[in-house]
Amino acid sequence: MPGESLIEAESLAAGYGGPPAISGVSFSLAAGRRLALLGPNGGGKTTLLRAALGELRPSAGRLSVQGRCGYVPQTERTRLDYPVSALDVATMGALSRLPWWRRTGRADRRGAAAALERVGLGGLATRTFGELSGGQRQRVLIARALVQDAGALLLDEPFSGLDRPSAAGLEALIDELAGEGRGVAIATHDLNRARRCDAVLCLNRVQVAFGPPAEVLDRETLEATYGGAIVELPGAEGKAILPAHHH
Amino acid sequence: MLEPLQEEFMRRAIAEMALLGLAGGALGCWIVLYELSYAAESLAHSIFPGLVIAALAGIPLLLGATPAIVIAALAIALATRAPGTSRDVAVAVVVTTMFGLGVLLALSPDSPPGIETLLFGDILGPTDTDLVSAAVVAGLVLAALWLLHPRLLATGFDRGSASALGIAPGTIEAALLVLLAATTVVSVQGLGNLLVVAVLVGPAAAARQLTDRIMPMLFLAAAIAVLAGVAGLYVSYYAGTAGGASVALAITAAYLLSLPAGRLLVPLSTAQDRPETTIA
Repeated sequence: MPGESLIEAESLAAGYGGPPAISGVSFSLAAGRRLALLGPNGGGKTTLLRAALGELRPSAGRLSVQGRCGYVPQTERTRLDYPVSALDVATMGALSRLPWWRRTGRADRRGAAAALERVGLGGLATRTFGELSGGQRQRVLIARALVQDAGALLLDEPFSGLDRPSAAGLEALIDELAGEGRGVAIATHDLNRARRCDAVLCLNRVQVAFGPPAEVLDRETLEATYGGAIVELPGAEGKAILPAHHH
Repeated sequence: MLEPLQEEFMRRAIAEMALLGLAGGALGCWIVLYELSYAAESLAHSIFPGLVIAALAGIPLLLGATPAIVIAALAIALATRAPGTSRDVAVAVVVTTMFGLGVLLALSPDSPPGIETLLFGDILGPTDTDLVSAAVVAGLVLAALWLLHPRLLATGFDRGSASALGIAPGTIEAALLVLLAATTVVSVQGLGNLLVVAVLVGPAAAARQLTDRIMPMLFLAAAIAVLAGVAGLYVSYYAGTAGGASVALAITAAYLLSLPAGRLLVPLSTAQDRPETTIA
């Protein structure tokens, strides 16, 4: 249902056994909304996604997740030399709904084919995953999350390594998926895309800010998020941008 | 062509080879895809002292190999915990220790003659027990691979996302190692300690050259293992060469043939050189 809260965190802290990798995180992601997670590398974006997936237990605070979360990793984390088709990869999403002894069946493959169609790859279902372009691979991984029947999609740096038209196409797809009532969290370094989301969470091991982009994305917040490593373009009307190595 | 089949020992050898080839060929695909070829070879070598002790005590090799493989696995796990010891180093240290221990026992003055069959196998002389244990293990391995297939595929593709798909990747990898251990233990009787890895890695590597899909790869690897294995037995029969070595070399020949054949069947293409198409 649109507006229904899918992920809610209050003073959340989580980590990998030692000192918490993130702490003081409070936010919510509602159905139909897009949330940008901004922060430097090592700032805890992936840790937050993993906590939302239930892979890390909160060491403090509260985290509640309604329904299933679909995780869309960076395509660099997947293997290009692996003998699978786009359809094989999308079908893997069905495993999250099956007990460990059940294999995926014909109905699951039909669902996966429909998901590939949904992300605009209907004609490429039988293509080997490693032969697809970066943008197409990202779409296959989104299709896999759709097959999971996930209310919330968690995307880890989906635009990284994509050229401009591919990234724009992917952003349009993300907007459509949110328009269909899914909550979408996007870990990104791209300030301009973050500005177009419904909310932004700035994270640098602790939460720096959370709120609508217009309120959150000012120079001070970004400096606090990125440790001062930002530059301002002359005549950019106060719009700070990040140095190139963050892209 | 049919003459070797008149011989009882050849019929038994072919049956043993077919069982080991089916299980080893299919399992080998996952060994290759999970990049466990080195682990497979190491496991085979590390059971050597167990085989020697079993041979000296006159008990079935299986009873010596099984505890040896468990000890090797535990020792590798322990050695990995030592500060500054990578997994590779731990495997190398444990395997050479175990293999050295085996050689020490095998070459002692009290050892009976013929102990070298433990190193090179005796594919031409499987006992009833060997055939039955190969059939049981091959059946179990193939059934387990069928059951685990989708989760093996998903974990190998993208381990980091496996738990988000409801898979315990550690359990899947452990299950694969158990299947590897079981297959190694039964194959070592026929193919020997030094050659067993041929049936696990060679056919799968050859099949990978010929196809870009997992299911054909599994069937091709099993078929190549059985056919090349039987071809090796024929060579051994007519040329009077050692059985295990002939099988290992026939499998290697199949791999070498697959390289040019693969170029024709699966045109090499890398995603990196491919331009983005209109669909992002």
